[in-house]
Amino acid sequence: MKYLDEYRDHRIARALAAEIVQRTTRPWVLMEICGGQTHTIMRYGIDELLPRGIELVHGPGCPVCVTPLETVDKAIALALRPDVILVSYGDMLRVPGSGSDLFRAKAQGADVRIAYSPTEAVKIARANPNRKVVFLAIGFETTAPANAMAAWQARREGLTNFCMLVSHVLVPPAIRALMVSQTNRVQGFIAPGHVCTVVGCKEYENLVRDFRIPIVVGGFEPVDILEAVLMLVRQLEAGEARLENQYVRSVSYEGNLPAQQIMAEVFEVADQKWRGIGPIPQSGLRLRGEYAAFDADRVFDLGEMTVDEPAECISAQVLQGLKKPTDCPAFGMRCTPENPLGAPMVSSEGACAAYYRYRRHKVAS
Amino acid sequence: MRAGRVQFGGIVRQVSLDFVPEAVLGDYVMVHVGFAISRVDADEAERTYKLLEEMGVLEAELPPAEP
Repeated sequence: MKYLDEYRDHRIARALAAEIVQRTTRPWVLMEICGGQTHTIMRYGIDELLPRGIELVHGPGCPVCVTPLETVDKAIALALRPDVILVSYGDMLRVPGSGSDLFRAKAQGADVRIAYSPTEAVKIARANPNRKVVFLAIGFETTAPANAMAAWQARREGLTNFCMLVSHVLVPPAIRALMVSQTNRVQGFIAPGHVCTVVGCKEYENLVRDFRIPIVVGGFEPVDILEAVLMLVRQLEAGEARLENQYVRSVSYEGNLPAQQIMAEVFEVADQKWRGIGPIPQSGLRLRGEYAAFDADRVFDLGEMTVDEPAECISAQVLQGLKKPTDCPAFGMRCTPENPLGAPMVSSEGACAAYYRYRRHKVAS
Repeated sequence: MRAGRVQFGGIVRQVSLDFVPEAVLGDYVMVHVGFAISRVDADEAERTYKLLEEMGVLEAELPPAEP
C-alpha cells in the first residue's frame, strides 16, 4: 500500500540502523510515547537493531491502559442497567475493572455494543429512542475530535437519550509529570505522530524549552521509528535540544485546525486521573457546561469513587517506563491477554500485549 | 457532514472528511475511528522519501556493519 510499504523497506531500515550505530558514542535513554509505536518496535525488533547503548523505554501512550479503573467500573454499572445501551470502542471490552469487565457484563445480559466510530453510537441513539445510549468516550487528542463530533451532532439534533462517559487524556502534561519525577531517566522523546497530526507540534516546543530535551515527532512504521531515533541521536550527540518532525507526511506544525476547533467547542481542559500513574493536573478533557445534558457523569449522577488496583499488576511502573512487561512475575502466566490482570495486557496498544505477542519466547528461555 | 469512500487495502469504508476539507478524489488520508485526520502531502512525502531511498541504495552496496 502506498505510503505504508515504503516505510517498511528493510534496506532503508538497515541503512538507518547502521547510521545510528555509527553516530552513537554514548548511552542514551529514549522514550516512545505511543503504544502503537511500542508495538512496531517489538514487532519489527527495532530495539534489537539498535546499538546496545540505546535503550528504548515505553511510555504511557495507550489510552485504554490509562482509562481510570473507576471509569471502567462506572461503565460496567451503567451497562448493567436495563434501560442503557453501552457503546464502546472494542478495545475497552476486556479491560479489567475492579471485579468484572464489559465483556462479562455483556455475557450477563447487559446491552454492550462495539463501535468503530463515535458516529455509530449516535446512530444507535437515533434508532433506540426508548433506551439511554451511553458512549464510553476515551482517548488521547487523536480521538478527541471524533468524540467531540458525536456530542456536537447529538446536541444539534436535540437527542435526549445520548450521553458520553468521557475519559480523555492529554500527552504534554504526562510528559511533564514524567520529566519532573525523581525516577526519570529519559533523555529524548519520540512524540506520538497521530496525536500531533491533530494538535500540531507547538505544545511540544514548551517541553523542549522547559526541560532542554530533544523531541522528534515520529510515525508508526519501522522506517519512521528508526528515522526518529536517528534524529534524536544526532541531537543528543551534538548536545542539542530541539523539536523536529519526522512524520512530515501527516504532521504539520499547526496541526489540524478544524479538528482543534471542534475539540475546543465541546471540551475543556480538566484535572484527570491516569490509571497506574495517578492524578495529573490539567491533563484531561471534560465536556463543557453547555454539554451537561450529554455528560454521563452528570446525567447519571455517578459521583466520585476510588478503587485500588489488584496488588499483582505492575502496570503503574510499566506505563511510566520504569519496568518492562517481562519484569513482571505474572507476565505470560497469571496474566495473559485472555485473562489480563491489568489494562496493558489487553489493549492493542498496551506494552504488555506487545511483549506477549512478540517476545514471549524470550521469557521462556 | 462531508463523507467519502476510502479504500484501506482491499476494503472500502465510509469515512468522515469533516477535518480534511481540502481532500479530493485520489488523495491519501490518515484515518482514525472513521474520521480522516490528515491528508498526505504527496510532494513532501515524495521529497523526504527520495532521501531515505538513496540512503537505502547506498547501504545495500556496502558490506554489513557490526552493531
